[in-house]
Amino acid sequence: MFFTQHHRAQEAPVHRTVLAVAALAALAVSTACTAGTDAPTLGSQPKPSGSASLPAATIELWHGFAADSEVKAFTDAIAGFNKKFPQISVKMVKGVQDEHITQAVRGGNAPDVASSFTTDNVAQWCRSGVFQDLTQVIKQDGIDLSVLPAAARAYTEFEGKRCTMPLLADAYGLYYNKALMKGNEPPRTLSELTRLAKELTVRDPDGTIKVAGFIPSTQYYENSLSHLGPMVGATWYNPDGTSAIGSDPAWKQLLTWQKELLDWYGYANLETFRKSLGDEWGAEHPFFQGKVAMVLDGEWRNAMIAADEDAKSMDYGTAPLPVADAKPDLYGSGFTAGTVIGVPRGAKNPQAAWELVKYLTTDTDGLVTLSNALRNVPTTKAAMESPALAKDANFATFLQIFEHPKTTTLPSNVNSVFNQEAFSTFVLEWEAGRVKDLDAGLAKVDKEINDKLKLSGG
Amino acid sequence: MSLTRTAPRWRRREGLRALLWLSPWLTGFAVFFLYPLLATVYFSFHRYDLFTLEFIGLDNYRYLLRDPRALVAIQNTLWLVVFMVPVQLVFALGLAQLVTRLKAGAGFFRTVFYLPSLVPLVAGTVSFVFLLNPATGPLNQALRLIGVSGPDWFGDPAWSKPSLTLLGMWGIGNVMVIFLAALLDVPRHLYEAAEIDGAGAWRCFRSITLPLISPVLMFSAVTGVIYALQYFTQAMIAARVASGSTDSPGTTFVPGYPEMSTLTLPQWLFYAGFRDYSMGYACVLALLLFAASMAFTLVLLRRFRGLDEEGGLR
Repeated sequence: MFFTQHHRAQEAPVHRTVLAVAALAALAVSTACTAGTDAPTLGSQPKPSGSASLPAATIELWHGFAADSEVKAFTDAIAGFNKKFPQISVKMVKGVQDEHITQAVRGGNAPDVASSFTTDNVAQWCRSGVFQDLTQVIKQDGIDLSVLPAAARAYTEFEGKRCTMPLLADAYGLYYNKALMKGNEPPRTLSELTRLAKELTVRDPDGTIKVAGFIPSTQYYENSLSHLGPMVGATWYNPDGTSAIGSDPAWKQLLTWQKELLDWYGYANLETFRKSLGDEWGAEHPFFQGKVAMVLDGEWRNAMIAADEDAKSMDYGTAPLPVADAKPDLYGSGFTAGTVIGVPRGAKNPQAAWELVKYLTTDTDGLVTLSNALRNVPTTKAAMESPALAKDANFATFLQIFEHPKTTTLPSNVNSVFNQEAFSTFVLEWEAGRVKDLDAGLAKVDKEINDKLKLSGG
Repeated sequence: MSLTRTAPRWRRREGLRALLWLSPWLTGFAVFFLYPLLATVYFSFHRYDLFTLEFIGLDNYRYLLRDPRALVAIQNTLWLVVFMVPVQLVFALGLAQLVTRLKAGAGFFRTVFYLPSLVPLVAGTVSFVFLLNPATGPLNQALRLIGVSGPDWFGDPAWSKPSLTLLGMWGIGNVMVIFLAALLDVPRHLYEAAEIDGAGAWRCFRSITLPLISPVLMFSAVTGVIYALQYFTQAMIAARVASGSTDSPGTTFVPGYPEMSTLTLPQWLFYAGFRDYSMGYACVLALLLFAASMAFTLVLLRRFRGLDEEGGLR
């Protein structure tokens, strides 16, 4: 196949046409990236001198809660807001996921207020401006953010941009079944945890696990690396945002400890046992069924146990997670993250929206109402100390973990999910015994995370 | 003089009329194929998170060469193309042959073999993973009864892709029906003549059946390869269910469980674009997928053209 000069001459206009179409398409693409919006931005409207001076409005609140009890809790909390601002009515939309928020902002149909269960997208939202920076209105209203623990402040901002506020928090600790503990106190160190896990494990004559003392696999329900890391004081990132996983010896210590315990069970044996267990969110949960003596879990499990007909009579206790033997000062701390809430770009009533965000995140009554109904940790010190907050000993453990100065979170990062997944992928290979050199493997994880960071623009 | 003036006008009018008739297709082609393709090429040179667009030259392409998971995803996808598709085709052809030879109950078996393809993909996959659960699945329990320790089908990287292939074979009913129609279309007298000439079953199959059903084989092979290149739902659902991960806030679902063995290129593309918001990089992966689809299709077309022309597989 070849072209003559004549053919080339005939083809030339076609090429020009193709190029013109391509250029037009590129132009259309580049100009159609985001929908424009004429909505006012936060701080651009005059600040009202009192609650009555705010103009009447109907604002839309998108949240991820879906269960009737959760929606009712939200409605009850909003009732408190309506007492303060009767001229503002709040329309709630339930069951909203992060993608819906991003797409709505992109399409120019943003709600006035939006909340998310996860902190994974906070950095991306702050950087791309999906949520508006609250710094100015926080300053304007004289809100002292030191009422929030440092970890809660960290997971709601990115690179100095505070684009969300913590609504309710989750804290992670140890649940133990007293009947299965055989009189032992909950472990305070990893060595104690190992000893107890072995002591409390019951096997059938053929070696099959019947009851596990503690399941060390990161594939088990809440045993994610972000939840386990605080047990050894491990850090995810260097100050410049690059990965610290390979250079922080704490991760190596955690993985070495975890692998030793896993090998004691036998990887295949433990996997078969893990896969025989019931659903994490149902009545078949192995902790409810007495199949696991100790589990890492969030404060919400208290409410789930109380709500389960069979499990509510279980005699159980809660404690902070055991920590590295050489770091006893970490005991009492743990991991925290939680629901975040903010004012998206394009909100039609940003000032009224901010008043709602402010109420839900800083008003003691509002926070206590939500916490009592949802059994999550309220985020401010005043709410935690409120006499109206329902707290028994098992729930109080999590309030103490949340308040502990050494409690940490997963710092905001534009590739948060990718980074966790890259590390988890490696750890799954490690657990299966397919990693020969742990240091080299962790260095490879660093490289993956850093390469992706570079691709994302640092 | 007048002729030379009117002829081009006539031709132009004819051309316009042709364009008018073609315009619905041309519009569809431009809107649903050309524009997305050009946009994909355009975005592949940019860092784009749905909100900000920045030209970064070939960085997305360079990253592809360094991305270990993309390479694994490519290998897994190729495995499905090279192993799963032929196994499925051979199995479907075998089933169709079997049904054509049945003297009684052909309708019943045709229905039984076809039924699984009517089950929704997600439901079928979830059922399969439960069926093959190493601890509670009936298959491994039955194997245990005869003293055999069954594998962790969807939990062992060595077994996960063969398990997906099994799942694919179970739901091959629609391809079987196409083969069945093609087989029934082969004139019986050709077999009778060949038998008189002393041809055996294999000779008849190779020299009569295969050449005559080759267009259907080609269609099934091409669509099968394209389907394998786009393999997404079953792999993702199987990985999620088998891992036991709920992917709830605070926990991490690792795509491609176990150990990336079920991570396919379309899945990685999806995660790059809609989880990491690396749209530019996702476009590079999409272009790679497009190029692979085109290449496989061309190779298969050439291969089957040879089969058709020469009356047998070369």
